[in-house]
Amino acid sequence: MSKYYVNKFLFTVDRDTHLLARYIESPRSFVSAWEQSIGPKLLGNDVEASSAHAFTDEERRALVDHDFVSLFEMGAHFFLNLTIFIGIYDEPYAQKYGPLAFQREFAQKLRHWRGKDYPSIAT
Amino acid sequence: MARLVATLASTHHPFYFKATTSAPEHQMPQAPEWKRKVEAYRETLASTAPDILVMIGSDHFHQIFLDNYPQFLIGKAARYDATFYNEEREFGIPKYAFEGDEDMSRFLHQSLLAQDFDFAFSNELKIDHSIVCPIITLRPQNDLPIVPIYTNIFAPPLPSPRRFFDLRRAIRKAIEDYPSDKRIAAIGTGHLSLELGGPRQFMETGPDPAFDQQAIEWLRTGDIEAILASVTHQSLECSGNATHGFLNFVLMLGVAGPVGADYVDYLDLFHTMEAYFTWHPKEAAQ
Repeated sequence: MSKYYVNKFLFTVDRDTHLLARYIESPRSFVSAWEQSIGPKLLGNDVEASSAHAFTDEERRALVDHDFVSLFEMGAHFFLNLTIFIGIYDEPYAQKYGPLAFQREFAQKLRHWRGKDYPSIAT
Repeated sequence: MARLVATLASTHHPFYFKATTSAPEHQMPQAPEWKRKVEAYRETLASTAPDILVMIGSDHFHQIFLDNYPQFLIGKAARYDATFYNEEREFGIPKYAFEGDEDMSRFLHQSLLAQDFDFAFSNELKIDHSIVCPIITLRPQNDLPIVPIYTNIFAPPLPSPRRFFDLRRAIRKAIEDYPSDKRIAAIGTGHLSLELGGPRQFMETGPDPAFDQQAIEWLRTGDIEAILASVTHQSLECSGNATHGFLNFVLMLGVAGPVGADYVDYLDLFHTMEAYFTWHPKEAAQ
């Protein structure tokens, strides 16, 4: 399990409009492409490789499925896990159901965690 | 020597700009009241006529990431760009460029190191909404140089509440030892109870209104002993998974004294309680 690598995915994709568009359009092929060409690079350094991390099957599935509930439960950082999916779903939800509809559905899907200790985000 | 003429601490609500600049028919009902409160808070800074702003905030995984995450960092540059693409996208915050004061950054950094706070530094720092928001609320004309300081409220393990409080002495001494006749304001932002990406986010109030009321009272009275006796990383987590931003309030209360605040205001919004505090050092009135 690599919380760091999941967070690295969320971080690198959320901050880049082109990568985010690819993740919206074709999540499965984009996650594969990210694992081949973006994940294995040191951040801020296009030249140097990093072989320290890899996704588990479940992490890969959760990213492909935009499954923010599983990502929360794996300990992905709450801020990264929220902002990337706001970037993807806020507008379409708001148009259909009104302002903050996606954010409220996000909370609702995690309601079984109310009153419990959340999964640790420490890496 | 430089004079600390004001210490300010507030929440940084990234939607303030959008909420108060969109067409009136699209504004939330509280927008006019929110704007009035922010403008009154702004006046508590303007009345002190500062020359340089020491801005204390926390990067939200915009430039700084888990491959290399400092606990405390100072910016040392003559210029800082601000606002990242995903902040423009999500919050509608404009891009900014801030003038830096490299000389003061250098002095503060040396002073903090000499006082055993081993700050990381950055000569190329892009500023995020933890510092952009207070510029929008407190100094929208953006006419003063800044010295940015980042704390880690975000990527555990975090420094202890006691360590945040202890840092206040070093920051205050560094400011007051700066060999200059400049008037300095120290401005920090954080959160009261806050939940992001969890089951208590975006409710009608913040996730823990009782904590919010208690926190305001602690800051109003300057009761650092009660804070340090009550607040732990675990207790903050119980009040909401992003409540660790309160540690920046602990730091700012310390920079100011710790003493009771001279100006206190707050506004209960959906999702979060907004709060604004100003301390005016007694010397500044002389």
